[in-house]
Amino acid sequence: MSEPAPLLNVQIDGVWHQFPKGTRVIEACARAGKFVPRYCYHPKLSSPGNCRMCLIEMGMPKMGPDRKPELGSDGKPVINWIPRPQISCAQDIAEGMGVKTDSPLVQECRHGVMEFLLINHPLDCPICDQAGECELQEFSVQYGNGGSRFREEKVKKPKHVVLGPRVTLDDERCILCSRCIRFMKEIAKDDVLGFASRGSHTYLTAHPGRVLDSNYSLNTVDICPVGALTSTDFRFKMRVWFLKETKSICTSCATGCNTIVGSRQNVIYRQTPRENDDVNSAWMCDYGRLNFHFVNSKDRLNEPQIRSGSTLENVNWNTAFGRAVEELKRYQPDEIAVIGSGRMTNEELWLTKKLIDGLKVTHYDIVPRTGEADDLLLNTDRNPNTNGAKLLGVSSDEPGVKLRRIIDGVSSGQIKAVIALHEDLTQAGLSAPSLEQLGALIVVGILPNETTKRATILLPGVSFAEKRGTMINAKGRLQRLNRAIQSPGNAHEDWEILRDLVQQLTGENGVYLIEDVFKQMAENVPQFEGLSISKVGDLGVRLLGVAEAAPA
Amino acid sequence: MADILIALVLALVKGVGLVFLIILPMVSYTVYAERRVSAMIQDRVGPNRVGPMGLIQPIADAVKLLLKEDFTPAAVNKFYYWLAPACAMAPALMALAVIPFGSYWFGQPMVVANVDVGVLWVFAVSSLGVYGIVLAGWSSNSKYPFLGGIRSSSQMISYELSLGLSVIPIFLICGTLNLPAIVGYQIEHGWLISPIWIKGISFTGIDFGQIAASVFSVQALFKFLLWIPLFISFVVFTISMFAETNRLPFDLPEAETELVGGYHTEYSSMKFALFFLGEYAAMISGCAVIVTLFFGAWHIPFLPTDPRQLPLVWSIILGFLHITVFFIKVAVLLFFFIWVRWTLPRFRYDQLMRLGWYFFFEIALANILLVALILAFYPSPQVSQPSTKASKPAFLTNPIQLGYRAPKVVRNAG
Amino acid sequence: MAYKVVRTKLTFAEKIYLPAVLAGLGITIKHFFRVLTGKKKETMQYPEERWDSHLPEHYRGAPTLVKDEHGKERCVACQLCEFICPPRAITIKPGEIPEDDRWRKVEKFPEEFEIDMIRCIYCGLCEEVCPEQAIFLRKDYAITGLTRAEMVHDKKRLYELGGVMTGLVFKWNEKK
Repeated sequence: MSEPAPLLNVQIDGVWHQFPKGTRVIEACARAGKFVPRYCYHPKLSSPGNCRMCLIEMGMPKMGPDRKPELGSDGKPVINWIPRPQISCAQDIAEGMGVKTDSPLVQECRHGVMEFLLINHPLDCPICDQAGECELQEFSVQYGNGGSRFREEKVKKPKHVVLGPRVTLDDERCILCSRCIRFMKEIAKDDVLGFASRGSHTYLTAHPGRVLDSNYSLNTVDICPVGALTSTDFRFKMRVWFLKETKSICTSCATGCNTIVGSRQNVIYRQTPRENDDVNSAWMCDYGRLNFHFVNSKDRLNEPQIRSGSTLENVNWNTAFGRAVEELKRYQPDEIAVIGSGRMTNEELWLTKKLIDGLKVTHYDIVPRTGEADDLLLNTDRNPNTNGAKLLGVSSDEPGVKLRRIIDGVSSGQIKAVIALHEDLTQAGLSAPSLEQLGALIVVGILPNETTKRATILLPGVSFAEKRGTMINAKGRLQRLNRAIQSPGNAHEDWEILRDLVQQLTGENGVYLIEDVFKQMAENVPQFEGLSISKVGDLGVRLLGVAEAAPA
Repeated sequence: MADILIALVLALVKGVGLVFLIILPMVSYTVYAERRVSAMIQDRVGPNRVGPMGLIQPIADAVKLLLKEDFTPAAVNKFYYWLAPACAMAPALMALAVIPFGSYWFGQPMVVANVDVGVLWVFAVSSLGVYGIVLAGWSSNSKYPFLGGIRSSSQMISYELSLGLSVIPIFLICGTLNLPAIVGYQIEHGWLISPIWIKGISFTGIDFGQIAASVFSVQALFKFLLWIPLFISFVVFTISMFAETNRLPFDLPEAETELVGGYHTEYSSMKFALFFLGEYAAMISGCAVIVTLFFGAWHIPFLPTDPRQLPLVWSIILGFLHITVFFIKVAVLLFFFIWVRWTLPRFRYDQLMRLGWYFFFEIALANILLVALILAFYPSPQVSQPSTKASKPAFLTNPIQLGYRAPKVVRNAG
Repeated sequence: MAYKVVRTKLTFAEKIYLPAVLAGLGITIKHFFRVLTGKKKETMQYPEERWDSHLPEHYRGAPTLVKDEHGKERCVACQLCEFICPPRAITIKPGEIPEDDRWRKVEKFPEEFEIDMIRCIYCGLCEEVCPEQAIFLRKDYAITGLTRAEMVHDKKRLYELGGVMTGLVFKWNEKK
């Protein structure tokens, strides 16, 4: 642990505060409850100081002849105010510094800056996707003077420029804050954006011959304070004020970036990153961000089905469970295999383990899923909860080892029944003909695939956005999923499906709330001791004793 | 034997014709009139959609009521529940049997049953109407109909007293209960509502001598005197008739604001329609009685009163005119009933009872005494009027005959 | 302590009701004859006589979409009306104007625009909130239908009712 930074005294709007050394003035003001408007400044990026919106009045203590601050009648230093305004984003605080965030001079400066920024800005808020979360709109109302003296023609700039596969640019809306340029340079390490031309004709563009195709390109849309950079995927789909925002986590890799799921009327429209300095700072990759469209698919499995000859028939849940139990009881424990998924939550994996124990099955594993990592957020392990599967005993320390034995068992005919949870077995190495040879294939899934086509019993589960639960990311952090939308049709949450299966097989009395499942885990798994779902909180907790995966 | 048969057939024809050709259509159109008049009083329009000026409306309503589901609630006493609507409708029509609604037509007297107990029959039968209401209230097995039924029976009993007592002066003066005979008396002496009948004026000429004789005489003075109690009789009788027919301001049995629908809350479809029609039929027969007792029934002033003495064509025309005039008089009274209904608010129940027992009952009694006193000093008829032997009240010539047999001359006139 | 209600002392005429009754009868018959002779006429015979010519300038009838004299559909699917609508009667599905369209520079248009007239309360907030002068409450008041589906006005019906509105601000002009 390093020495904590020494505290410095700063006077903000006449009140003295203390902040650690190294704090930027704009941050100190925000913490003192005096928000200073800003466009180019972003706490995660460098400060170029080019928007001039954060102008404040500043002063330093008046020094006496003894090089000591002169004290006023209140015993505090007297401040010598600098006659011209200063930008607060590029300046660290100093001992005895004075700041005025709302003086007449500051207000006039803001009026002027707002008027300048709006000179060439088009009045197309009705069609602009940023409307509703646009800082230009907000600050114009809050700090602008409500009128423009500009009567000349506005400068024409390129519109709907395709910057990259996922980002569309409207240069007329751009206020030249350069946040996107700095993000691509400093965070994504792909210096592809820049300004061209001069004066009021300056415009944002990609380097000639280059496109904005970084896997982090959509973060520029998030940080763009205006509607210049828009997500091609989200463009014109839904106004942001309609979106219900649900705090959740990304389930596309083991990093577990914190997200906000924006949904309306049970349709997900977008995912945006949520700041968590222990996991993803304020960013997320485009791959994970856009990996939600399958949830809105029209092909979602809605009804439990059982095989009748060559077709699957819709039945009610009780019939499906009854049939499943009936079929499972026909086989010996070593003729049954359970294939779980690293995309399942801890609660589901816990109940899966109970199912495994109840059936006394020895063949069980999860399907490993890997991909190329980058050095920012994306992890090699594309299963979001491999650590959870290992901790709860559904997978061995090396996921996939036992799966190979199961594949051999199915091929040789030694394994006659398989329970597949949220995994397409044909993608996991089993051949479609071998699946057809199985006596019983119980599948829980959300979308039709080669495995569900061959299922004897098909139970519709739900996607990550339709359930609650917890997952452990690659760094051993326990994080929480929240339900953003309703599950489609007659689909049940997976933990309920597993609970009902366990209950029907073992007769063990069930649990009624997902909180109760976590409670059981907390009582039985030492790493979860003393925790509950609500204690996990929005930012998650670091679990002790969970092995940290190799750095991605 | 053949006479009786012929009399029966004639009575049947007259009865059926009266009820189905005149009264029932009149009932439907009274309902229509009620709606139109009330609308106009309230500056509205009223039903004007079905047919010209909405004149087909009553038929449309009848078709609707006939086609509606005949629903019987589960908890009712079925026998009485079914009997009640008929009990409400039938007495109103039966009362019409003794009403002389015309003079002679095709040589036949226009009264279904010319009986001597005439007015008593009207009272006897119309007071049966209360059974329909009481039965409906009781058999519905529901609190609001029950309250309505109770209210209705006590109200009818209360007002029947003043109703009966208020017409006794007429019997005293006319000396008969036979309605055609009372009409005959009115033809001779003037309508009982008017003070005096000026004799000698007819469409054939004016006999000033007769006028002078009938105006300037002691008898004329006494007739003026008699007008006072007769007017009181008329007022009391008419108001009591409002109460008897459950019309506003005495419609407490079905006070919508207090009792939902009163005794017919549980009724629907044609059974409800029977109550509705019965109420209006009672109103028509009530008006017919008032017209007969106070407005000279079918009598048209200045015109011949006996069509049988005219050539055939003229006799038929006059007979028809008499029938028409009777119903025109009834219609005018009906308009008055409607007019009153849309003017006055409903009485409180204690006010209603107070009015019946403390005022109308006493007024009617005192009125009888007054008439009796006047008649006691009534001078003998002058010899110069041979055609009016009956003009001297029967009460004075033969008190024993009162109520039993009308004088022969008068009977011929009816 | 008991409160003694002071009753008004009635005169004899008042006690016997009759003068009051006669006065009342006089009033009602006056109204009767006034209507009978056609001197007074309060009721409008609706299907034959209509309000249309009497409607005030500010009358709020059915909400409609309008086109301007350039044939441009004014709505840009900003969904503010959908947001402001108190009974949530409006449903808009926004879309992007295709490359080759004359009004491509507007970029956005409503692919679907539905107003559920069963829900609509004719408050006029949609007209008030519209930044594009695209939605107007016209004078149509007899909005009827035999099915619920019929009562949902789709885009086609809304433009039929709305027609062309001239003299509006032409925001998307050549300079824009």
